[in-house]
Amino acid sequence: MARLIRQITKNTVKTLLFVHETTFISMLKSKNSVRQIAVTHYYKSERKYTDKHEWMMLNGNIGTVGISNYAQDALGDVVYAQLPDVGSVVEKEGECGALESVKAASEIMSPCSGRIIEKNKAVENKPGLINSSCYDKGWLFKIELSNLDELKTLMDEDAYNQYLKSDLH
Amino acid sequence: MTLLTVFKQFKKFQDAGKSVARSLSIKDDQESKKTCLYDLHIENNGKMVNFSGWLLPIQYRDSITASHQHTRTHASLFDVGHMLQSHVSGCDSGEFLESLTTADLQNLAQGGAALTVFTNKSGGILDDLIITKDRNDRFFVVSNAGRRNEDIELMLGRQAEMKSQGKNVTIEFLDPLEQGLIALQGPSAATTLQTLVKIDLTKLKFMNSVETKINQKSVRISRCGYTGEDGFEISVNGKDARTISEMILEVPDIKLAGLGARDSLRLEAGFCLYGHDINESITPVEASLQWLIAKRRREAANFPGAEFILEQIKNGPKKKRVGLILGQGPPARENATILTSAGERVGIVTSGGPSPTLGKPIAMGYVPLEHVHTGTPVLTEIRGKTYKALITKMPFVKPHYYSDKR
Repeated sequence: MARLIRQITKNTVKTLLFVHETTFISMLKSKNSVRQIAVTHYYKSERKYTDKHEWMMLNGNIGTVGISNYAQDALGDVVYAQLPDVGSVVEKEGECGALESVKAASEIMSPCSGRIIEKNKAVENKPGLINSSCYDKGWLFKIELSNLDELKTLMDEDAYNQYLKSDLH
Repeated sequence: MTLLTVFKQFKKFQDAGKSVARSLSIKDDQESKKTCLYDLHIENNGKMVNFSGWLLPIQYRDSITASHQHTRTHASLFDVGHMLQSHVSGCDSGEFLESLTTADLQNLAQGGAALTVFTNKSGGILDDLIITKDRNDRFFVVSNAGRRNEDIELMLGRQAEMKSQGKNVTIEFLDPLEQGLIALQGPSAATTLQTLVKIDLTKLKFMNSVETKINQKSVRISRCGYTGEDGFEISVNGKDARTISEMILEVPDIKLAGLGARDSLRLEAGFCLYGHDINESITPVEASLQWLIAKRRREAANFPGAEFILEQIKNGPKKKRVGLILGQGPPARENATILTSAGERVGIVTSGGPSPTLGKPIAMGYVPLEHVHTGTPVLTEIRGKTYKALITKMPFVKPHYYSDKR
């Protein structure tokens, strides 16, 4: 997601292409809905975020990965999800799939290194789940982590929200 | 589209023709200008982007898909005030414009509008534009924002040449803050606009223009657009643009729509986007815009690049712009490779994306002449995998222009 989002937020379109910026309002929206859902649905571990706008929830050494509310809002209606094949080995920040919307195509980067053990077939059949339920039904894939140290590089929710407010992303 | 692919594409265009790179406007420090409706966009939660130097909304609150569908079923209002509006007048103004384009302005009726192209000496397209003939000695021209500097340079250069021959041509480039341009597009456009004007819009056919009043303010209403729907482009004094936009928006059927929907709508309608589907190294014949070369002009062979263009009309170009329709799968976007079903790489996609109306991806691109026939199966390469596609006629979605045939 990073490349898309970076472009989105810098408010400079490099070409005549339609790449976009979300408003400050969507950030606020993102913050609120993150909190609400975090409390409602998840208790096993806190959701961690990458600077490329993926999230991961850990259960043992299995991470469930999706994209953040901010990212889904920036991307708009997702019409096609290309998810990594089960059994494939991915590296941290390696490109492992892509999401397509009317607006743009955006690569999915793996938050951590490991082996893909499951992908969300429901999302492949109904990519709109990524927009309607990015933290729950719209998860993308599950990964068996090969290096738990990498978790240190991820942001918790507060850090991620701070990050969204900054100009860095 | 990622930054990476954007740069790849830039490089490609640079290689293809240095001059094209300018139109892509890849500059971080690019000045961002506002149109006269900037405040209206902000107040309506427009998500603003820098579009070839102009701050415009990519979308408002609604998703691009919703906005797209609203335009097809009701109507939407677009700010297109970033486009270059010019008045060309003087007794030699028709000759002046014909000397730069492939249009037949002599045979264009007063009040009529023509889509045409500025061509260069090699027959390449310098810009696409619409010329409206107010009188034999007065024309209104609308051309692309991304080609503003090139168009101005071209017109001023030619004007100077003609002046030195004792010819009379006056050009006035309108300031986007002083003259706005709004597009009202969709099946509800005419009934909505009719409530605001005294003239009978049923008399205003597709590709015709009239000067009238809305709310006692002078406006020019042209029945044309970039969506494939019936609709109007309304040129209005900058200080009245907001009031008139708000009057139109009072009708519940009308919503604001941004650049995102404008792009997906024009793609379905089969329209070219300058800098992507057409550029200085592509001729109108290659771009499947041969119909823009007026009959009288072909016979006279007196437009820039006539030699190359007429040769291509006669013997066929090497490559041609075609439509592609894909099955279930990812959309093929700009720069995706087009392959024959045997796997030979033969062409390239210049625009593509999901079609909200058809529910599957569509694209346009260039392939060699032997592969242009409708129904030819091809492949497109997206992120290392190939997906089936069919060569298709354009427009992809049936247009609904308001023509005499009604």
